[in-house]
Amino acid sequence: MKLIFEHSVDGRQCSILPTCDVELTPMPDIMKRTVPPRLPELSEIDVTRHYTALCKRAHGVNCGFYPLGSCTMKYNPRVDEEIAALPQFTGIHPLAPLYSVKGCLEVLELSKKYLCSITGMDDMTLQPAAGAHGEFTGLLLIKSYHVARGDFKRTKIIVPDSAHGTNPASAAMCGFSIVSVPSNDEGCVDLDALKSVLDYEVAGLMLTNPNTVGIFDKNILEITDLVHQFGGLVYYDGANLNAIMGVVRPGDMGFDVIHINLHKTFSTPHGGGGPGSGPVGCKEFLKGFLPSCAISNASTSLQVKSFYGNFLVIIKALSYIMTLGAQGVREASQNAVLNANYLMHCLKGTFTPAYNRTCMHEFVLGLDSFKEQTGVTALDVAKSLIDEGMHPPTMYFPLIVHEALMFEPTETESKETLDEAAEILKTLYRRAFDDAESMKTAPHCAAISRPDEVLAARQPVLKYDF
Amino acid sequence: MLYFAKSHEWANLNEDGTATIGISDYAQNELGDLVFVNLPEVGDELSSGEVFADVESVKAVSDVYSPISGTVEEINENLLDNPALINESAYDAWFVRVSNATLPDGLMTKEEYEHYLATL
Amino acid sequence: MGSYVPSTQSQRQEMLKALDINSYDELYCDVPESVKLKDLLDLPKGKSELEVVRDMTAIAEKNVLFRTILRGAGAYDHYIPAIVKSIPQKEEFLTAYTPYQAEMSQGILQSIFEYQTMIAELTGMDIANASVYDGASAAAEALAMCRDRKRSVSLISLSSHPDAVKTMETYCFASNNQLKTISCKGGRTDISILESLLTDDVSAVYVQQPNFFGIFEDIDAIAQCVHKAGAMLIVGCNPIALAIMKTPSQCGADIVVGEGQPLGMPIAFGGPYLGFMATTAKNMRKLPGRIVGQTVDHDGNTAYVLTLQAREQHIRREKASSNICSNQALCALTAAVYMSTMGADGMKQAAEQSMSKAHYLQRELCKLPNVELRYEQPYFDEFLLDMPKIDQILSSLERKGILGGLPFDDGVLWCVTEKVGKDMLDLVVATCKEVLQA
Repeated sequence: MKLIFEHSVDGRQCSILPTCDVELTPMPDIMKRTVPPRLPELSEIDVTRHYTALCKRAHGVNCGFYPLGSCTMKYNPRVDEEIAALPQFTGIHPLAPLYSVKGCLEVLELSKKYLCSITGMDDMTLQPAAGAHGEFTGLLLIKSYHVARGDFKRTKIIVPDSAHGTNPASAAMCGFSIVSVPSNDEGCVDLDALKSVLDYEVAGLMLTNPNTVGIFDKNILEITDLVHQFGGLVYYDGANLNAIMGVVRPGDMGFDVIHINLHKTFSTPHGGGGPGSGPVGCKEFLKGFLPSCAISNASTSLQVKSFYGNFLVIIKALSYIMTLGAQGVREASQNAVLNANYLMHCLKGTFTPAYNRTCMHEFVLGLDSFKEQTGVTALDVAKSLIDEGMHPPTMYFPLIVHEALMFEPTETESKETLDEAAEILKTLYRRAFDDAESMKTAPHCAAISRPDEVLAARQPVLKYDF
Repeated sequence: MLYFAKSHEWANLNEDGTATIGISDYAQNELGDLVFVNLPEVGDELSSGEVFADVESVKAVSDVYSPISGTVEEINENLLDNPALINESAYDAWFVRVSNATLPDGLMTKEEYEHYLATL
Repeated sequence: MGSYVPSTQSQRQEMLKALDINSYDELYCDVPESVKLKDLLDLPKGKSELEVVRDMTAIAEKNVLFRTILRGAGAYDHYIPAIVKSIPQKEEFLTAYTPYQAEMSQGILQSIFEYQTMIAELTGMDIANASVYDGASAAAEALAMCRDRKRSVSLISLSSHPDAVKTMETYCFASNNQLKTISCKGGRTDISILESLLTDDVSAVYVQQPNFFGIFEDIDAIAQCVHKAGAMLIVGCNPIALAIMKTPSQCGADIVVGEGQPLGMPIAFGGPYLGFMATTAKNMRKLPGRIVGQTVDHDGNTAYVLTLQAREQHIRREKASSNICSNQALCALTAAVYMSTMGADGMKQAAEQSMSKAHYLQRELCKLPNVELRYEQPYFDEFLLDMPKIDQILSSLERKGILGGLPFDDGVLWCVTEKVGKDMLDLVVATCKEVLQA
């Protein structure tokens, strides 16, 4: 389909602004722009038709099942959008006088309070804009804590080999060196391996529990205790918090710092990649290191972005928590776990789970032997799902499972949807033995067939060639 | 004379003590279509067994270890523009040319390397 | 209690039965008993949709919504066309994840490709990424792009937004890299101090254009001395000003970043906003964040994909230059719709009107006794005034539904956008006059 620039007609425009009612102040000659930017010249109907056509070539949770593991693609309540669009929220200047922003401050305070309650933390910053941004912020708290104690030799962060790539990348951004620990046969932390890398240079351990293969690490208390014995802190990556709300709290498991993804666990829409929100919570002794905003508080020591966070995203999460309440939050987690186990159960006799045991809110299939038998890869299965109108699960993650497909159905899918998805997967399983070729060339009914990613990377075309 | 390391790099040693370094045909085949290569700078000291470059495919990045020690005299700028050259002809697609090349123990001749590959 | 779980109680029982268990508790068999919660969380009871709307609206109404805003300082109240609000609410855009599955995400990928093109056009640079969190973090990410083994010191001008300064300081503290600040003279970056700081370990210099005081910096002169010293120049820009201002690319910038909020995003108590980043083709592989590229599919049709991914954390892990793995896609979409709707001409009008109205207000206010422009320098749509009775003036304005300038450094930093009419500006002047004469 055409790019928006290809719809442009010289001289066409939308009528938006009135004529200027004061004398024109010209830009000083030396500062003047000489060539205008080549933005498209369009009428409103051109703009709206173009974007409507684009959205027909996209797929959101509202379009169909989206079991993208580790991303918690749950339903995004419409009412939360409406609340976040109230002019008394969208029209408030971040530097307006305090008396005039009492409602905004109440939103921030209530959100912190509720999120602390859910996670078992003592305080929180809402400033980080995303999960990875939260990791960076949380690790900064750990760094600041050790530096403030004059303990400058704490230069290492331990990360399990099953971790998200952001964990080591965030630790590196904080100047730490990374020590990787292998997982055991159950995909959990290998205690002996952990013991062998612990020393007094370890600043902390980053962990997600349930872990990235969807299993709750039953040794968690021993793990956090071991790290504490060596003076290190323990960081909770909240990627998988959706499994355990109201059941167990990171704060009670011995975690000192956590980040939460409001765009996953608390149902704010992902928006095709953002904006998200990644609040960071901590225990009492780390409170003093939480970041704040320099322009409204000159004594700030740390700051990771402008102002106070992605405020409108925070509003949506708060409305969501208020809707669910104490019981509903637990109900959400319990059903997320039930749905994942049920879907895994329905696939029995076809694809094999990488770990054959009760999972949490997500599970991983290992298609290694299936690939050997049929020649069909995890990628081929994923692409074939597209033709069935279902968004593929996460592929090739975590790295410790070969030919991995990771499913996270979330609690907002009904039993019928899960049954239907299981049927589709079973059909594809059988098809792989009969007609592998059609799967290797899938998708057949999507907007495009498989794109040439090698060409894209070898000869990057990153903008329109006018 | 062509020497190989177990990590699948080759070094071609000239009589004047200079050498060129690249990756083996086996390595390029395992890595798949390469889309970018990161090379060191002229003047950098390489030591055998240490990372001196990396190569990118669409979905992976792999470190390249130097099979020998030496000083980088020249980098192959053609690879920066066209990394596909490595896939097309791994033994022509040298990454760097070094001077004062010193070989560690344990490098293999072409025959030995082919033998080694058969065991993988 | 509200709930978004669609399965009925009997369906849930069916599913538990299929798993051969009796209760949810059995699903949590791996959780140590000692830490399992015995009671409900300390949260209020759940509510119906209507109750939540009522409660949240009541909270919203505790805010004072000013009908006129003359305060900027990093959050700019420009007019947002209706279409710019409605298009990003389309659910295919709103409820999608990052476009990992290109075949199912062409719409989002193409919209980002178009956004990248528009940012490249606006800044005059070769390429742009798919966006980052906001202007301050974009500046901090840009500093990291410039470092190499030989050069690691960053210099940043104190005429930049305090939040950007603090954010850059935080990122440099994190990565154990040195950062030095360049002080100002007459409201602009002091170039003689900059020159004295440009040692051969300096990797990058950051300046803001127009700067925090609204004043235009001499980017050409700064670029010259930065490049002479072998360092890179990062310019943080106001995107509306870019419609009429000499492009940073023309001035010699190596990287251009900025706060994209003025491109159709509401001020919204500070977020979500949009960080844009653009650079030269030479720096392409150093650019952090998502980047969309054009390619072809198996059948030769034009297609869009996330590309140059080997730069990123999920492949490079601890060797990645940044940990960022998202963009502000919906905000980038908003900005693209804004730029398409306004066009170059509409943006030029918004910029010219903001600038003209700011100058009108400043001229009129400076006619009042003891009101003076602190820095006599060319400026865009913000200016710092020294004036008496600041608190009383601002309070009087607020009583009339007008949020005045920001009290800053014993003066007031005013900002005017195209949204404010001359009548309103005259009322502001009259109100100030009243207070000053009282």
